[in-house]
Amino acid sequence: MPLTREEKLRLEQKAHELRKLCLETVVWAGSGHIGGALSAMDIMTILYHKYMRLDPKRPELPDRDRFVCSKGHIGVGYAPVLAELGYFDPELLKEYNHTGSPLGMHLDSTKVKGVEASTGSLGHGLAVGLGMALGARVKGESWRTFVLLGDGECDEGAVWESAMAAAHFKATNLVVIVDRNKCMIDGPTEEVMGLEPLADKWRAFGFEPLAVDGHDFDALAGAIDAALAAKDRPVAIIADTVKGQGIDFIAGDYRWHYGSFDADKKAKALESLERYGQARIAKARGE
Amino acid sequence: MGGLTYTMLDAMKMSTAEYYGKTLCELGAEHPDIVGLSADLAKSTKIGLFGEAFPERFFNVGIAEQNMVGMAAGLAKAGLTPYLSTFAVFASMRALDQVHTDICYQNLNAKIIATHAGLSFGQAGSTHHCTEDIAIMRAMANMTVIVPADGIETANAVRAAYEKKGPVYIRINRGFDQVLYDRPDYGFRLGKAVTLHEGTDLTVIACGACSWRALEAARALEKTDGLKVRVLNMHTIKPIDEAAIEAAIMDTRRVITVEDHNVIGGLGSAVAEVAAGLGKSLTFKRLGIPDCFSIIGLHEDLMAHYGIDENGIMAAVRELMGRDFEADENWDDEV
Ligand SMILES: Cc1ncc(C[n+]2csc(CCOP(=O)(O)OP(=O)(O)O)c2C)c(N)n1
Repeated sequence: MPLTREEKLRLEQKAHELRKLCLETVVWAGSGHIGGALSAMDIMTILYHKYMRLDPKRPELPDRDRFVCSKGHIGVGYAPVLAELGYFDPELLKEYNHTGSPLGMHLDSTKVKGVEASTGSLGHGLAVGLGMALGARVKGESWRTFVLLGDGECDEGAVWESAMAAAHFKATNLVVIVDRNKCMIDGPTEEVMGLEPLADKWRAFGFEPLAVDGHDFDALAGAIDAALAAKDRPVAIIADTVKGQGIDFIAGDYRWHYGSFDADKKAKALESLERYGQARIAKARGE
Repeated sequence: MGGLTYTMLDAMKMSTAEYYGKTLCELGAEHPDIVGLSADLAKSTKIGLFGEAFPERFFNVGIAEQNMVGMAAGLAKAGLTPYLSTFAVFASMRALDQVHTDICYQNLNAKIIATHAGLSFGQAGSTHHCTEDIAIMRAMANMTVIVPADGIETANAVRAAYEKKGPVYIRINRGFDQVLYDRPDYGFRLGKAVTLHEGTDLTVIACGACSWRALEAARALEKTDGLKVRVLNMHTIKPIDEAAIEAAIMDTRRVITVEDHNVIGGLGSAVAEVAAGLGKSLTFKRLGIPDCFSIIGLHEDLMAHYGIDENGIMAAVRELMGRDFEADENWDDEV
């Protein structure tokens, strides 16, 4: 079902808040993977605030939907999403990365409520997510599993082993979303290790690829609806995104995979996020 | 001897990995057979410096460590000398089957320079901590394992790795290390421990980031407790310097090992194996990560937390000095 205007506005407002909280978290942490956190923020927002069936007060609820953040380095973006939902006290974000804090660069499922799998070693999440999806089938449960992959992460052979298996086992209760921000650490993906034609690769491995604008909630909703309705083949949503989206002086720049903000840079970043978010909110209001 | 160009001043300015990157560039100019590989961590591991200097001899394979190690095996079979770099956790575990079968089994001339080892990437959490690699790599037949204590020693090790035919694993830290050596000509020899401090009361055997801390502890204990603690920098874990261990046992009878690694399988285990084989009486303690996944935090803080810093070493020395044990010549239950 298409998003209502109210829903879309709510998502825009939520994503705006979360982008700002992500920046704050990077500052509290001292540094962090801001680029890949911001490219994925709209995806995480729509999953957690529209699609996923969950109760933050009961994080172990057996039939909850599962989210596996396979690009585990974006803890500075993922932790704010969970904190804001009430999985843990948002005050903890202020101690992000501090010695003894439960929150480090890569979120740990044994330390942070709501985190389904301890990721950070790239290329693991799809296999773990597939196991969860097949687990639901075996147990006759209805939970759905969403796996967020980085595009650079798709270099890992393990991703394709899992893709082949997901299609083979017809795991249509599994939704794969690739954050196609076209950047990795050492450069643009196509320069470091060419991935294109990426959609064709997913198709060849038995998935239905859906390429959408990963910063457009209507487009994301359409793709996720289609994925959840899939009967024969699992869907891989290839979300066209911008690394560092919302902060003008880092957006699209692979060198901002990981970085830090002094007071001046932070003020500028916040201003940029404000402008970017308000423009999107205004658009959603139909202004 | 290479690496001679480095000075104390460089040590203040250069991270340990930068020593590696620069040394590899020097080596690359001397030896056209050297090739480099990384897996989207060229910049972080500093092998990217080699890649910039010799782009036609460098391969960034993307985020695909297993492919990288297998390719290194092929390059070695083609008569080249590959140096490859990624984080230690991925070099030693993600691509281990390739390290085992493609490189070690075939005794190929490939050099693995693994960065961000131990708890040096402390804030990244257990997916990036690497406190198992010494144990793993030590168990691979044909493999030489080196754990340099600082940047200058890393430069020496990277050069020594070229001279040593066969697979070599060098484990270095993220960022800056405390400066142990202010010049490279202190007599680095593969498989030979370096005595950092003389002593007859007790021997601390250390490697990596713990070597500097052991030396500091020994100096402090001399002043405060009047203790004479021998400190060995055991930079080569395999082959280990058995003679230095035997001398330490015979001269001091008390031995402590300290490493930024699980207490299982690393330096402490290697020393214990030698000690047990000698059959000489000693009192012995291993300091390291106590067989757990570490908490999150800064490297320095984590070293203090697990007692592998100066204070932890000093406390362990005092404990061992207070421990009673039989000297072997007094044993009457021996026969
Ligand atoms: C197995 C593995 N190899 C290397 C790394 C180091 N690393 C962390 S993030 C990253 C780049 C990730 O790129 P991508 O998947 O595109 O993520 P994004 O650009 O969305 O942040 C790399 C190589 C890792 N975490 N895991």
